[in-house]
Amino acid sequence: MTTFTILEESSATTVDAHVADGRVRVPALELERALGWELQPEGFCAGTVCYPVPRDGEIVTDDGVDLAAFAALIGRPAAVDAVERAAFLGTPAQERAFALGSLVAPAFTLPDLEGRAHSLADWRGRKVLLAAWASW
Amino acid sequence: MTIAIDAAEAARPWIERAQPTHPSLIDGAHLFVDRYAIVNVPTVIWIDEGGRIVRPNDVAFTTERGGEYAGVSTAAQMAGLRAWVRGAVPPPDPAALRALQRLPSDADQQARAHVALGRWLFDQGRAQASARHFERGGELAPHDFVIRRGTMPLRGMDPFGEDFRTMAQAWRDAGHRYYEPLPVGDTVGGADPG
Repeated sequence: MTTFTILEESSATTVDAHVADGRVRVPALELERALGWELQPEGFCAGTVCYPVPRDGEIVTDDGVDLAAFAALIGRPAAVDAVERAAFLGTPAQERAFALGSLVAPAFTLPDLEGRAHSLADWRGRKVLLAAWASW
Repeated sequence: MTIAIDAAEAARPWIERAQPTHPSLIDGAHLFVDRYAIVNVPTVIWIDEGGRIVRPNDVAFTTERGGEYAGVSTAAQMAGLRAWVRGAVPPPDPAALRALQRLPSDADQQARAHVALGRWLFDQGRAQASARHFERGGELAPHDFVIRRGTMPLRGMDPFGEDFRTMAQAWRDAGHRYYEPLPVGDTVGGADPG
């Protein structure tokens, strides 16, 4: 077992994982703690959603849950680095595309240089020009 | 509002020099990038009083030279922007707007996951490991220059130097444009400048 970091957009959770042959396996209870998905007889469940575990037996073994395969099962983009003991799970394309395609400007909150938080919602009732730029 | 796709300290000198009267935000973790599928800078988006997108991701510079590089008339863009601000344009057709959106694909989000992991690894002092993920992100999303150019400083490359010019030229040689401005002067939130 080794320490492994599971990253999401706004969180970083350290779990104990099995890393072997380039695969990362996370015990089901650790996975639940990190990502909120519980392994039930119906499959992996969060809230009212369950994904059945495929019958070929590769995703769940005695060593735990194959993290990359689990991310694919629940439809989340993932970068899993067994050597560096870290992974990032992102937001599915369908979720982002659906939100943008609705033409409702997605909500966001970001800091300014002084660390003060600003939200798009602060400007409801005014026209807003968003301009993304960079030093590069 | 401006949003810097940068760490705060990279953006600071530019913001302080500009002395803006509008909020200047910092998107170091690429949260805005992910929500709005930003693939290059500068990118501008128009949002109406009801919080609806009335002009999706577009490239716009404030100088004519920038506009020329992007293949668009800055004067025409600014005329359209002023007309919209004045309320002189009709509401755009949602179907027309959707036709102009470039919505993210599975590969795009996979690329962003690699870049996010890469940024964390870089912050942990593991630059070599981070570079592998930045490069993988660029392979998965070759049109995404927030990834391919934006990670250059973290890979010891100059985003304004030979590495960038070579990358941009290879992209153009493959038949692409480095910037793809939206049409100006049609119904999508832009006034006819003529």
